[in-house]
Amino acid sequence: MTRPTDRSGAAADTLRGGPRRRRVRTGGGGRGAPLPLLVPALIGVAFLVVPLIALLVRAPWRSLPTLLTSAEVWQALQLSLVCATAATAVSLVIGVPLAWLLARVEFPGRGLVRALVTLPLVLPPVVGGVALLMALGRNGIVGRSLDSWFGITLPFTTAGVVVAEAFVAMPFLVISVEGTLRAADPRFEEAAATLGASRFTAFRRVTLPLIAPGIAAGAVLAWARALGEFGATITFAGNFPGRTQTMPLAVYLALQSDPEAAIALSLVLLAVSVAVLAGLRDRWMTAG
Amino acid sequence: MHKAPADTVPEGLDARLVVERGAFRLDVALSVAPGEVVALLGPNGAGKTTALRALAGLSQLTEGHLRLDGTALERTPPESRPVGVVFQDYLLFPHLTALDNVAFGPRCQGASKAEARAQAAEWLDRLGLTDHAGAKPRKLSGGQAQRVALARALATSPRLLLLDEPLAALDARTRLEVRAQLRRHLAEFEAVAVLVTHDPLDAMVLADRLVVVEDGRVVQEGTPSDIARHPRTDYIAQLVGLNLYRGEANGHTVRLDTGPAITTTETLSGPAFVAFPPSAVTLYRDRPTGASARNLWRCEVAGLETHGDQIRADLTGELPLAADLTTVAAAELGLHPGAEIWAAVKAAQTHAYPV
Repeated sequence: MTRPTDRSGAAADTLRGGPRRRRVRTGGGGRGAPLPLLVPALIGVAFLVVPLIALLVRAPWRSLPTLLTSAEVWQALQLSLVCATAATAVSLVIGVPLAWLLARVEFPGRGLVRALVTLPLVLPPVVGGVALLMALGRNGIVGRSLDSWFGITLPFTTAGVVVAEAFVAMPFLVISVEGTLRAADPRFEEAAATLGASRFTAFRRVTLPLIAPGIAAGAVLAWARALGEFGATITFAGNFPGRTQTMPLAVYLALQSDPEAAIALSLVLLAVSVAVLAGLRDRWMTAG
Repeated sequence: MHKAPADTVPEGLDARLVVERGAFRLDVALSVAPGEVVALLGPNGAGKTTALRALAGLSQLTEGHLRLDGTALERTPPESRPVGVVFQDYLLFPHLTALDNVAFGPRCQGASKAEARAQAAEWLDRLGLTDHAGAKPRKLSGGQAQRVALARALATSPRLLLLDEPLAALDARTRLEVRAQLRRHLAEFEAVAVLVTHDPLDAMVLADRLVVVEDGRVVQEGTPSDIARHPRTDYIAQLVGLNLYRGEANGHTVRLDTGPAITTTETLSGPAFVAFPPSAVTLYRDRPTGASARNLWRCEVAGLETHGDQIRADLTGELPLAADLTTVAAAELGLHPGAEIWAAVKAAQTHAYPV
């Protein structure tokens, strides 16, 4: 026998547009935090903020203009900006396709590749610098061929600074872009395919514009990381004023001879960081 | 109407779609003539969308074939198939204007930017969207977005147009209007159109022929009116709002497999279906005297649902059935879940047909 099963519920639901549910709020608002949590939390805030305040308090505000307009500072700042930007560009060109591969293509060992790619995030930068020397140094496994075939040497050059910074900074971009790609609806790519777009066209004309905010956020993160890079840079590229001496290196050097100059340089980097944070916040707010 | 089977005419769609995914197996044969609109109708999870994705090339066929106008397509990637898709939530590219969304297809097919835009403008004009050409998708209403999605799919001049739940994303009021428009546009479309829906009304208004899919297979196929009159499964009977029973006919009586018999006006013998609408059921608090209706059963109210200005009573007992009555009648009868009730149906209101 066939019987008309519970049709009425379904039919009525369609008519009314589904059953309505009332939202119930749980959890209390506005209750004070318990002391065992509040005290460490406040210590945490102080721990993070006091050093920055100290930097501002001890800043040689009067001599600041002279310090910041000196040729060395200017040179270091310029080099830092150029190298960080170049490292970000390198990261974008190879990092975005890498992120796409990790997010969209299933291949054996994908988890391992992702882990290896993000390793520089946790690797001490000095180790990164040593590793780069072993790979791209004059006697490195790749560097030897670069030298003998093309006459290219990277260590202790400005290009070497870019390489070191990109090595450390690119994972930030890859992680950020991959996350955005995973959150983006892959069906837009399917829609593009049904309209005749090849996978690359779909990526270029649909996916890329859709994930642009994520790429921008990742690029800013990578740029900020590259700008502050110290360990890998000094190990792989050395510390030659005008050629490889970036701001962080200059700060470290100045601290030993001229602490006031070190503070001044630090202030510049602090200002840049605050600007980056503000920019990112803005980006995240418009993207969200 | 079912115009022509594909084996006599090489044009149109001829497919057997088999897609296996874990324990689920879709196995659906489809042949659709050019100019015909076929609706795949079925409950959620029946495999309709899987079938649509297989037609578009977004899912691989496990077995079977797919020929469109005589060309085998089963190994062709989606971007090379002459297929246009209107997705359920449209999937309009949010960063492009309506015009550029529609121009996307022609552009991928090799048209210059200017040509593609000119074609897109023409399509938007045809669908009455010229005023919205410059709008980004989020500025469009549901109905407008649906038409842009249709224009975008049509702009690639597909030989097969696929529509996935084309009206599901719309609110009730817009739906009426858009349904009528879509029907007009589909009627003008000269190639094969296949739409997928779980809404019987959409299917019946939009399609020339329905293919009812349940649990991965075709359970019934025919014109909307044919299917509405002769449902063959519970699902279809529910969709078209009928009580449906199966039994053994002997003259004017169909004895159901579970016991009770239903008197009908048709004379039949052998396995048969009996169907009657819930509005044909009359309810009595006490056993009616005179017993003019021979189809009389003792039932219990299992549930009550408001259904417009009617109340639908879900009855269990001797014969499980659905009955429609007015709110006044329901109040007079004192209907409440658990109440005992007598249900009667006149033979003239039933409809019996062979299995």
